[in-house]
Amino acid sequence: MFAFFLSSGLFLGWSLGANDAANVFGTAVGTRMISFRKAAVYCGIFVILGAVISGAGAARTLGELGAVNAIAGAFVVALAAAVTVYGLTILGYPISTTQAIVGAIVGWNLFAGTLIDYAALEKIVLSWIISPVLAGFFSALLYKAIASATRRVKINMFNMDSLTRTGLLIAGIAGAYALGANNIANVVGIFIPISPFADLSIMGVFRFSGAQQLFFIGAAAIALGTFTYGKRVMLTVGQGITEMSPVAALVAVLANALVLFLFASQDLERFLLSSGLPAFPLVPVSSSQAIVGSVIGIGLVKGGRGIRWRVLGEIAGAWVVTPLAAILISFISLFFLQNVFQQKTYIPVKYQITEEAQQRIQAAGIRTVPMGDMMEQTYLSAAEFRKALAERLTLDSKDMSLVMAAAEIDQMVVTLQAVNRINDPVITEGQKRAVQKLWGKHFTHRWQLEKALADLSPEWRIRPGDKEHSAELRRELDYIYRLIRANMH
Amino acid sequence: MGNGILKRKIGIEKQVDEFLDRVSEAGLLCKNGLDAYLKGNMEAFATTMTGIRNTEHRGDDLRRSIEQDIYTKTLIPESRGDVMELLEDMDALLDRFTGLIWQFEIERPDICAEFHESFKELLQYSVEAVEANVRSCRAFFKDINTVADHIHKVSFWEKESDKVTTRLQRAIFGHGNLHLSHKMHLRFFAKQIDRIADEAEDAADRLNIYVIKRML
Repeated sequence: MFAFFLSSGLFLGWSLGANDAANVFGTAVGTRMISFRKAAVYCGIFVILGAVISGAGAARTLGELGAVNAIAGAFVVALAAAVTVYGLTILGYPISTTQAIVGAIVGWNLFAGTLIDYAALEKIVLSWIISPVLAGFFSALLYKAIASATRRVKINMFNMDSLTRTGLLIAGIAGAYALGANNIANVVGIFIPISPFADLSIMGVFRFSGAQQLFFIGAAAIALGTFTYGKRVMLTVGQGITEMSPVAALVAVLANALVLFLFASQDLERFLLSSGLPAFPLVPVSSSQAIVGSVIGIGLVKGGRGIRWRVLGEIAGAWVVTPLAAILISFISLFFLQNVFQQKTYIPVKYQITEEAQQRIQAAGIRTVPMGDMMEQTYLSAAEFRKALAERLTLDSKDMSLVMAAAEIDQMVVTLQAVNRINDPVITEGQKRAVQKLWGKHFTHRWQLEKALADLSPEWRIRPGDKEHSAELRRELDYIYRLIRANMH
Repeated sequence: MGNGILKRKIGIEKQVDEFLDRVSEAGLLCKNGLDAYLKGNMEAFATTMTGIRNTEHRGDDLRRSIEQDIYTKTLIPESRGDVMELLEDMDALLDRFTGLIWQFEIERPDICAEFHESFKELLQYSVEAVEANVRSCRAFFKDINTVADHIHKVSFWEKESDKVTTRLQRAIFGHGNLHLSHKMHLRFFAKQIDRIADEAEDAADRLNIYVIKRML
């Protein structure tokens, strides 16, 4: 059964490899500076290395699919995203795999009646504009700078060729490594809790955790995708939009990397803020969309006559189609799986304003009087509960989220099995002991578990003002929560 | 790995330089050959012939090796075709010099003493045109912005060569004591030398286009 569920993750990995390799090697292959075969080999090797070495521990690798609460649902969501990416890859359009996944999750949200992450949808739309504009600006700037520098520094044509080729290869390798490290969670992360792989030690020197073995398989699927179907999208990026010189090809990948680094790297933001420097605003940037922007930027610097606007229009259309198609495919597939194959694609989430929930809501300064008649009444879906709330009082989105979270019913019991399976090194001994103390305890709401942990150990407490710590704690809590859920029986 | 790639291409860069050296050398040898021929020093002429033949062979070897390297190692993909044509053009000029010396050897034209200086002058201008072309080529590979500094000189020398050819032809056909066949033979040689400058100019025109393409 594990292999069957994993197959859709691998299909997603394969599609991702076929589409996203173009972000890192597309311009190099399009300008014939690196042969497709060579690019695919390097890309494959470094995607695997990136995934296995830098694909972080289990607590951080839930990926986007972590939102889906039943494995059969995750299977369909991954499948829907994979089919979407596959279809657009066949047509040769560079699109964002993450956006396909988010779309497929929205399809699941709609089907399961759970809350839709509108912020994620908003980010997608913003990314369509922000990614190409930022990348285009940077690539135009960089191209101008490099063109004037090469005019001043006399470099032999063959040396220039060699430098550009080496640059493209290094940038491609680094990009492939990052591609593996950043995307592996989306491909197989969700399957880690049900993975049968045990830790493996090779001659006592190398140790491969079960998660790493799973990452290896996922990354191999990505590599295979690049090899078998990667060329088409690469040629769209490298040749289809406009004819490019090798130097322009290098500028495009550098601009892409620069934009991702400056505007999407939390590490950089943290570093700048901790050094007392102003940080760049973090904005939603998709590498697939940024690379297209980079190519346009160079085309515009050269006068814009060489840009094939029709191809660009099609690509933009494909971007819009991506999440919409994923939503649709996901919704329809879930319907079939649930009704025809009788599979449980989601665990219904009920809502009830219990006494504890009421106290929590009141503690947050929200009046509970208008909710009086809702007390102890069970609502079968988030949509239903929200509707009932909206009929009684007006809440802003922050308060609404708080009330929803407080009333969300999530019956769970901390079992010994769950406690024993905590093996991620990011969970400290103190944190583990706190979980152990909760053995046998029953909780009605998820926040109760979080509160109980915070009461037991300071290591489970949020430090006000420390954004980074909060995010880390959130991931650790998600990990514990999933373990408890997966080991309740 | 990066170093390996770099090393390989420094090799090809040297080959291109050496190839252009051979083109330039062929022009100088051709001049020596004509001088020796006009002086009637056939021994020196024979030595020059051997020299120019070796230069041609070396030039051919280099051109083949460069072309092979460019194709097998997929170097300079965006300028590959242009560089190939450029090398072919330069090789054709080298062949012209060799061919000219061979024609002198085979046909042994009887050049009257009064035309000696004009023939030397004519060859001098053709060699200058090729030299300017060689310099433009070197600039094309090393410093594309300076190609224009050399390329216009090719045209200049070609025009000078045209002037001398016209003047020489008039003198030949105006000569009263020569047979028409003799005149036509001399005209043929004057034309052969002039053609070198013409071809150098054609090659320079094409080079100009390659430069524009690379600057885009």
